[in-house]
Amino acid sequence: MPNDAIQVRGLSKRFGDLVAVDDLNLEVSAGEIFGLVGPDGAGKTAVLRMMAGIMSADAGAITIAGCDVIRHPEAVKFQISYMPQRFGLYEDLTVDENIRFYADVFRINRQQREQRSVELLRSCEMEDFRQRLAGKLSGGMKQKLGLVCALIHTPKVLLLDEPTNGVDPISRREFWAMLYALAEQGVTILSSTAYLDEAERCNRVALMDRGRLLLCDTPSRLKALIPGAVVAITSPQAREIRDRLSGSEGVSGVVLVGDAVHLFVDDAPRRVPEFRGTLDQEGFSYVEIAQVQPTMEDLFVRTVAGRELAATP
Amino acid sequence: MSIGANSVEVEDLVKRFGSFTAVNHVTFQARTGEVFGFLGPNGSGKSTTIRILCGLLQPTSGLARVSGIDVAKNPEVVRKNIGYMSQKFSLYNDLTVVENLRFFAGLYGVEGDRLKQRIAWALRMANLEGRESSRTATLPGGWKQRLALGCAVMHQPSVVFLDEPTSGVDPLSRRQFWELIHQMSGEGVTVFVTTHYMDEAEYCNRLALMYRGKLVAFATPSELKRTSMKGDLILLECESLGRAIQLIREIDEVREAAVFGNALHLVMKESSAPIAPLRVHLEAHGIHVTRLEKIRPSLEDAFVALTGHAPEPAAESA
Repeated sequence: MPNDAIQVRGLSKRFGDLVAVDDLNLEVSAGEIFGLVGPDGAGKTAVLRMMAGIMSADAGAITIAGCDVIRHPEAVKFQISYMPQRFGLYEDLTVDENIRFYADVFRINRQQREQRSVELLRSCEMEDFRQRLAGKLSGGMKQKLGLVCALIHTPKVLLLDEPTNGVDPISRREFWAMLYALAEQGVTILSSTAYLDEAERCNRVALMDRGRLLLCDTPSRLKALIPGAVVAITSPQAREIRDRLSGSEGVSGVVLVGDAVHLFVDDAPRRVPEFRGTLDQEGFSYVEIAQVQPTMEDLFVRTVAGRELAATP
Repeated sequence: MSIGANSVEVEDLVKRFGSFTAVNHVTFQARTGEVFGFLGPNGSGKSTTIRILCGLLQPTSGLARVSGIDVAKNPEVVRKNIGYMSQKFSLYNDLTVVENLRFFAGLYGVEGDRLKQRIAWALRMANLEGRESSRTATLPGGWKQRLALGCAVMHQPSVVFLDEPTSGVDPLSRRQFWELIHQMSGEGVTVFVTTHYMDEAEYCNRLALMYRGKLVAFATPSELKRTSMKGDLILLECESLGRAIQLIREIDEVREAAVFGNALHLVMKESSAPIAPLRVHLEAHGIHVTRLEKIRPSLEDAFVALTGHAPEPAAESA
């Protein structure tokens, strides 16, 4: 497909005996926000590093914005931006000085730099902080400054490694608003995350575990893969209800999601009255019992948890 | 102390650093055996409050009591009765699992038979049996996190403070960790926990929300969701979200609009405001609306409603 901004074919990477990435294939279209989800050690960071041309692959091909990353890792650097978990901000430089540093690295001239940084700082509501030392910014603002620096050379593809770890909900929302604005301008975004509510915000999601791609599709199509139906019981006693109903007839799994317990059932219209009967009879209190749309968390727990438990650590 | 009594009491607490007021007349209580969620954006005064409660910082004024002990007057006594775990886990990577447990137990004077019992308990609790002699550095993140919790409670504290204990830990490990938190609370330990993740905040019995040094909410998760939104929350699914959000912001009845997945979340200025005009406005500009409906606010929506309107303060001290 000529429209693919990122194309990965048969990518593999080993560290000694450990297969970090195992025959990975994926395509990301231009302007797409693509999420890479998986537990620790799934291989997400290794994939991002190979895409960014800073780690060699053992096998396979990566094409990003038309560049062959394996053969010409230097050429790709002007097309992409890679934001690792700890983005290298200079804490004893000001916001402006950090931006200038990254602009110089990417050989952006002064006029372009000024124009681009004004635009970027405005989009993240940081114009008033240009003279502040980066070390004196709050966590959310550091994250936004990292993104501004990463975008100073107007990359076509943005690679983010768990960008919102430890960032509060408001800063996360602002960060995502910036990502959406970039995607609308045609920037392709690939981001890894350990948080499944963030996966819900992506256009498409790849679920990785132990180096392999398990599933890859839009969040709604992925969630449709869960067999049967999901019944949510919202209750201050969600935990007790989970323990009571786990293993009941027709229940193939249970997951706590916030203040509710989600039960994977064979037949919701049949099981809902049964659950209600049991809970009423045994004096459990609950707010609501209803069939719901499954969440990414449901899917993740169903898909990965079984593998996790089967494995010897 | 009986169940239902308060094991953490904060009354009119103030902490100033120079001209900066990090904690501004804050009052709340955590009950014995409850899972108490302490929330707030970066720099809202959470960590300062926790440091005061742990006896590491003197308050400027006001009262803080943990297990009935005045923290400002008897910080050492308080420190013996609490457990503390931060997001950095502070484990010795070169030591084995058991050596870490023994080291932290030693700090609190746990020895002899009790030490043996506690080690066995911690290994079981953290699901680390069989890994006693593994070097800590070789453990996956989720395991280290459970070990860190074990270390923090070797001396059986009645209150444990967990400061962003799940930051950067994968979803399955986070689930296991929250099981442990509830197990401890079931045994009567008061768990005081901070998190930025609202799905986790839902697992707490009660929540206190800090913003710019002040307590802006103190309630159960469901109360917060019910009461903190003044207007209805609307889910809008349509094409080109970026343009749609611009158009939506032109409408007076809408208080705010944010992208959420492949949809927008809108907060109306009033409850029961009609939503059909939103569709008309967007369709008139050629944007096809696929879904428009009132939804129940999430805890994140409540959090943003309570803290999100003013620009973020550039905090120097958390």
